This record gives sequence, structure tokens and C-alpha cells, in this order.
Amino acid sequence: MVMGDMELTCEVAVIGSGPAGYAAAFRAADLGLDVALIDPRPKPGGVCLHEGCIPSKTGLHLAELIFDARAAAAMGLHFAVPRIELAEVRAWKKQVIETMAAGLAHLSSRRGIQDIAGRARFEDSTTLRIDGGEIRRIRCRQSVIATGSKPLTLPGTSFREGGRIMDSSQALALADIPNSLLVVGGGYVGLELGTLYAALGSRVQLVEAADRLLAGIDRDLVAPLQQRLDGLFENISLQTRVAAMQEEPNGVEVQLQDETGSTGRTVFDRVLVAVGRRPNTADLGLETTGVSLDERGSIVVDDRQQTADPHIFAAGDVAGGVMLAHKATREGRIAAEVIAGGNSLFDVRAIPAVVFTDPQIAWCGLTEEQAAAQQIPVAVQKFPWKFSGRAQSMGAADGLTKILVNPEDGRILGVGIVGRNAEGLIAEGVLAIEMGALAEDLALSLHPHPTLSETEAEAAEIFLGSPTHILPKKPQPR
Amino acid sequence: MSTNFRLPDLGEGVHEAEILAVHVAPGQSVREGEPLIEVETDKAAVEIPSPVTGTVSAVDVQKGDIAKVGQILVSFDTAQAGKPPSAPPPAENKKAAVSADRPVPASPATRRLARELGVDLKTITPTGSGGIVTGDDVRQASQAKDSQAAPAAMEQPDRTETPAVTVPPQPSPAGPDTATPLPDFSQWGPIEREPFHSIRRATAARMSASWALIPHVNCQDTVDITRLEAFRRKHREEIEQAGGRLTMTVFAMKAAATALKRFPRFNASLDPAAQEIIVKHYYHIGIAVDTEHGLMVPVIRDVDRKSIRELAVELQEATQRARERSTSREEMQGGTFTITNVGGLGGSSFSAIINHPEVAILGLGQGRMQPVVVTSDAGEQEIMPRLMMPIVLSFDHRVVDGADAVRFLRQVIELLEDPDELFIAMV
Repeated sequence: MVMGDMELTCEVAVIGSGPAGYAAAFRAADLGLDVALIDPRPKPGGVCLHEGCIPSKTGLHLAELIFDARAAAAMGLHFAVPRIELAEVRAWKKQVIETMAAGLAHLSSRRGIQDIAGRARFEDSTTLRIDGGEIRRIRCRQSVIATGSKPLTLPGTSFREGGRIMDSSQALALADIPNSLLVVGGGYVGLELGTLYAALGSRVQLVEAADRLLAGIDRDLVAPLQQRLDGLFENISLQTRVAAMQEEPNGVEVQLQDETGSTGRTVFDRVLVAVGRRPNTADLGLETTGVSLDERGSIVVDDRQQTADPHIFAAGDVAGGVMLAHKATREGRIAAEVIAGGNSLFDVRAIPAVVFTDPQIAWCGLTEEQAAAQQIPVAVQKFPWKFSGRAQSMGAADGLTKILVNPEDGRILGVGIVGRNAEGLIAEGVLAIEMGALAEDLALSLHPHPTLSETEAEAAEIFLGSPTHILPKKPQPR
Repeated sequence: MSTNFRLPDLGEGVHEAEILAVHVAPGQSVREGEPLIEVETDKAAVEIPSPVTGTVSAVDVQKGDIAKVGQILVSFDTAQAGKPPSAPPPAENKKAAVSADRPVPASPATRRLARELGVDLKTITPTGSGGIVTGDDVRQASQAKDSQAAPAAMEQPDRTETPAVTVPPQPSPAGPDTATPLPDFSQWGPIEREPFHSIRRATAARMSASWALIPHVNCQDTVDITRLEAFRRKHREEIEQAGGRLTMTVFAMKAAATALKRFPRFNASLDPAAQEIIVKHYYHIGIAVDTEHGLMVPVIRDVDRKSIRELAVELQEATQRARERSTSREEMQGGTFTITNVGGLGGSSFSAIINHPEVAILGLGQGRMQPVVVTSDAGEQEIMPRLMMPIVLSFDHRVVDGADAVRFLRQVIELLEDPDELFIAMV
């Protein structure tokens, strides 16, 4: 038999081995289905593991150490200026990724999943042509599209391997520490990577087309971060666009344009373009299937991750909604469970999100802006961290914890946190909302002292009119 | 103005009731006659309608509580009672519109359970703190849904009305054993804890009491029902057209009533306090009915004075009511003897627990074709296939003896073996 003619038959083909894809494949295999997992990348994990969440957090961990070492000077602890060996940093990052990828590969093979290297394209609803691997064609009863998303480019520019105009993946390769870096885009990717490069020593400028950073996040949560970034970055220009950008041998010449017009040309060593991502639906042969796309190019799915084609499911970034790995993982699992005949659906009430800047921002459930837009009455209670002993002890007094409560029944509708370790603190808010907890439940649950978690209980106590470390707003009955 | 609603007197001898479901929550407006609370006594489930139109100001009980007669269940604010019910205050309208969009408070696990059981969370009355829907609420709603579907299932032609091995619940001092501590079973594997609900609880108390009080003796035999079955098949349709179901139980009732008349001690109760045996001159026979909710024993009155046709119709109706949980308390009282027929489910010989304070219980097993040695009038013996039904009699040895029981059982057997004899002898 000629190698290129090998054909495989399976029950479920999962296209893409990122958080949505591997979660779908693992769950389907655990439910007794015969599964093939297809990805051009040799190891599972997708963008998240290989050039997204994990490498960026590996880098940001180092950034945090650098910031903490600097901040310690004010507390009487003086470190020397750190020496950054970029090759060692890259090696450390690689080791982290490889450890995790090897773990996933092991979990996949132990589950009996066929890992297929190659690029999949539909020939019809139940047939996939595979390019770049030994298997030429896969016939399956059902498939899950989990091909993720890729960074948007600016008009007239493109990301070139080794180029000075980078997308987030290239920026995470840490080829060098540029003297000057322009970050285009004030979303979480731009802020996280801008923070990383600023920590490593780059002079960072940031431009954002909108009138604020982190659109969609409540302004009071962004404020402490903005204040910190104003000191960390050389410049932050809002309502500013890139009018033109030209890569030269020794830099990138950029012409910026704010509301008043062009602000002249500046040359940067490198430019990071982080203006958003778009779903990977091109070259999948979707026209040969019944799958339909929405106006943003996402695959249209129902709350069981089913596309318009009964044989095909979709999960993760490619299936619309917020582009977050944990949401993708859940969607992948749901697709697998529905394929296996289960009665699963996406009924998550609080999708948490974390911005891994310094300070971190995390929120879940309803935001104040959403409540205002949807005219949902809420009581908003804020506990500033300057009243938290733990926050003071670690020099993190600029944080804020707030909860959004239904004023009628006291049920928690949303939680927002800015400050150190917001990533861990937000989980309590998620659990509270999913469990239908009342502010009273949160307040009466004993929180250990001294920890930052107390700020959540105190915010709930403010709603009840009985906080300890802040004066209650209304007189209390005896 | 505020009104308190107390648990009303639900009938003879009922002092308390378990709250099965609360259909209202504080702040909710109700109209007179709308369902308020569902309670279950040891005999039946009753839905209590709201006695007033007004706003619920407090609910003092929750699902699973045992409420005493006279205890306050719900308080009403009836200040708005004078207003026309068609025009509720606008403020309330707005509230309802806002909360209608909100997701029903329930944990992810409860939501998954609801999905799997096909229950819409919006239709469930929450019992959890702060109006949260609990897993038990979902299970309860699912059971209620299933039991609504049960009458349809009864249309199946092969189901008979009686399968149950035991006797009915009645108030009794003896409860389930709570003295011995149980080991932690989860150390050996996964476990689940289910509520011990009131019919189950009452049944357990009744069985324990009967078993403890009465020295039970079992007497077993088989009946050749070949001829009776032919007779039953012949008349089955005719009875069906009359709205009844002609089953072995119907014939057994008639045979039992005849035997009870001949052996009155089996239609009696022992009064140990008075040192007397109370012999009853009426023949009310309880029939054990297996339902979704547990064992129910409706009593058919004056079996001796009713025709086979009348009994077949009445029993069918009583069975239906038991399955719908609409059997009244009165209907389950006053029995003098009980029949339990598990034949519809299978099973041969078994022992039954007497429905105290009766003296005996008759059990029927499944009729099966068996080789039987038959002696002809000419004295020749041959083996013939005959339809043989196991029959058991459990009796109270304080009141009657083994010899009486065998005589009683022989009488029943003879009547069932020979339909002609049954119709001539029957009272």
C-alpha cells in the first residue's frame, strides 16, 4: 500500500488539539468512543500551551519577580539589578511547555486516542482529507472542529517569520529584548506582553484606538492597573491608530494618528500587533458541509456545540463567544458528551476572566457596565484593599474587590477584583454565582486571616451593612 | 390585615402530616383556591388550596417538615384582598418582569440533574435557603411528573392490580430501628442517601409492629386454576366492557369471603386488653396495590354481597385511585382480611405479613403450567399439564390454629379449582 493512501475510520474526529480539541478527544475516549485527534503540531496543547497562555505566564512570572524585587527596596530589602540571560529564559520556558505537552501526549495515547499529524479539510460532512501526515483520509461518524483562532493583522502589514512586526506568538518567542517596542492594542494581550517586555527592560509605548484600555472591563478595576502602567510604559496613547507602518532593516517606521491628525513618524526596534484574533475557519472545506458561519466568521453552534451540520460540532475560539481556554475546554467536553449521547449543554453562569498584568484583574458574572446596558438593577459593593492587612503587608494596597448583588434577594451576580493574586481569588466568586449564593452566604463563610480572600467577605458584609474593617453605611440595629 | 393558615384537621385520627411541597414563597400573591401546600398523611397525599386571596407574608414550613394539626403553615397579608385580582399592583408586575429573565438559582450539579431528569427549573418550587432550588426539589418534581404519567402506563393489558407482598400502613407505636449505629458504608464503595418518605416510613412502622406483635404462621399450597382460567378468559371481555378487569384477585376475593363466613375466626381481631376475640359480621377485604409511591391497600366493602362483575369494576377503580394517590383515608380503613396477589409480576411461594389487627392474609403467586398426576373417575392415573397457582395463608396463631388454617385454605382452594362450585357456594 502506498503511504499516501492510508485511510482511517473512527467514530469521532477532533480537528485541533488545543484546549477545546484535546478536552473533546479525552472526554469522548473516556466515554468509550473511538477517537482521532488531528493537528499539524506534533504535540497537543494548541496555541494556549505552545505560544499563548503558558509561555506568557512563564514570562510574566519572571516579570512579577522583577517588579517585586524593585518594590522590596521600599520595604528595606535591596536587590541588585537583575541580569537577564535570555537564552536561559527561553530554555526554561521551553522546558515548561515540553513538560506539559509530554503530559498531554501521554494522556492522549493512554486513552487510546489516535494522534494524527496533519492538516484536516472536509471533503464532505463525514470525510476529512489530511495533508502532511501518513494518513490520507479519515471517515468519521461525528467530528469536532476545534481549530482555534489566530491574531488579526493591521491592514497592509503581515507577520513574517523573523520580522520586526510581531504577533503575540512571535513576541513570546523572546528573540531579543528590543530597546523600543510599540504595542498596538490595549487589550489584555497587549498589556500582558507590554508588561513582560517592560519588565525585561524594553521602552514600551502603547497605542489603543479606543478611548480606554481593556474595553469591556469596569473602569474602576482598570484604574489601578492604568496607574501602574503609566509608570511602567514610556507612553500610552489612547484614541490613536497606526496610519502606516514600514519595516526597515534596523527598525519599524510607524506613523501614528490621533484625533487631531498625524503625530509624525517614529522608529521602533519592534512592533507587537495585538488587536484581536479571528476564528480559524479558512481552508477547512466547510463549504462541503452544512456548517454555517456568523458575520464575525465564527462557526454557529447551539448550546450543545452542534453546528448546522448534524455530523459536525465546534468548540473553543472557532465557535464564537469569548476566546478563553477554560471556556473552550468546557465546550469541547460538552461536544464529546453530546456525541456520546449525553444530555450536556453549556449553561455556565459565570465565565471567569483574568488579565495577568501587575496588578492582575479578574472578574466573573455580571459587570457593572453590562448591568447598566441591560438595565439590571444591582447593588455594587466595593472593598478597597487599603483596609486589608494582608494587602498592606505585601505592598498591594491599591487593589479593589467588588461584588454586584441583586438588591431584591441579595444574590451575588458578579465579582470583580484588581490586585495581586486576583487569579486565585476570583474562583470563590465563580463558585458563589454558580451555586446561587447570597451575599450573606459569602459573608458568613469564614475567611482565613490575614488573607486577600477576606476582601470578598468584607464586600459582602458591606452589602449586609455589617463590615468590620470599614465603617458601615447605615446605622445598625443593636 | 394578616391571616394565619393552620394545618386543618384532615380526618379521623390524623394528628400530623408531612409537608410534601410548598407551592408559594413569601411575597407571592395567591388567589383563593390556588394550590398552597401539599401534605401527606400516613394514608394519602392532599393538596391544600389557599383559603384567601392575598400576599404570602411568611411560610413557616418547608418540604420534609412534619406539621401538627393546628400548626401555622403560611401567613398572609390580605390588605389587598379587596382589589380586583385581575389588576395586581404595578410594582409587582415590574418585579416579576425583572426576575423572569434571571436564571433560577440552583447549583451546577442541580442544573445538570434537572437536565437529565427532564425537569424545567422554572416550574419547581424552591425549598432551599433564599429560594434556591435543591437537588431534592428536582427529584421530587421529577417523581411528580412520572406519577402523572403512571395512569397511562396502567392501560397495558398485562398488568394486574395487586403485586405486593406486604400489608398497609397504619399508625403504630413501633418505628424503624434507630438504636443500632450503622457503619460508614462509603468506606467500601460509593453510596447514596435517599429520604425515607412517609408512605415508606409508615409501611416500615406497620410491618415492624405486626411482625413483633403477631406470632405468624405460614401455610402453603397450590391451586389448579386450569378451569377457572378458562372461565376467566371467557368472561374477560364482557367484564372489560363493563369497565372492570377480571383477574384472579377478583375470584380470590369471592372465595375468601365464602371461606371467612365458614370460618369466622379468620374474620376477627384479637383484643388482648379485653381478653376477647372480636368477630366481625361484615366482609371488607383489603387488596394490596403496588404504586409508584409505595404500597397502598384500598378496602373493598361487603365483598360477600357483590357480584363478580361488581367486584371486578370496583377493584379496577380502587386500583386506579391508589395509583393516582386519590384514595381517601376512609377507603383504606375497615378491612377485615387482606389479599396480596404478586402473580402479575411472577413469583411462586412467599410469606406475607398480616395486616394488623386482622387475623390472616392470603397471598397468590403466579399460575404456571405444570405436570400434575390426575386420577380419573375410573381410578386411572395420568400426568396432565395443568395451570397451578401457589397460594399462601399467613395467620395469627394466637387466634387460630394450623388445622383451622389448612381447612380455611382447602376451602379457598376447592372454590378456586371448580368455578361451578364457587358460584354455587359463594355467599
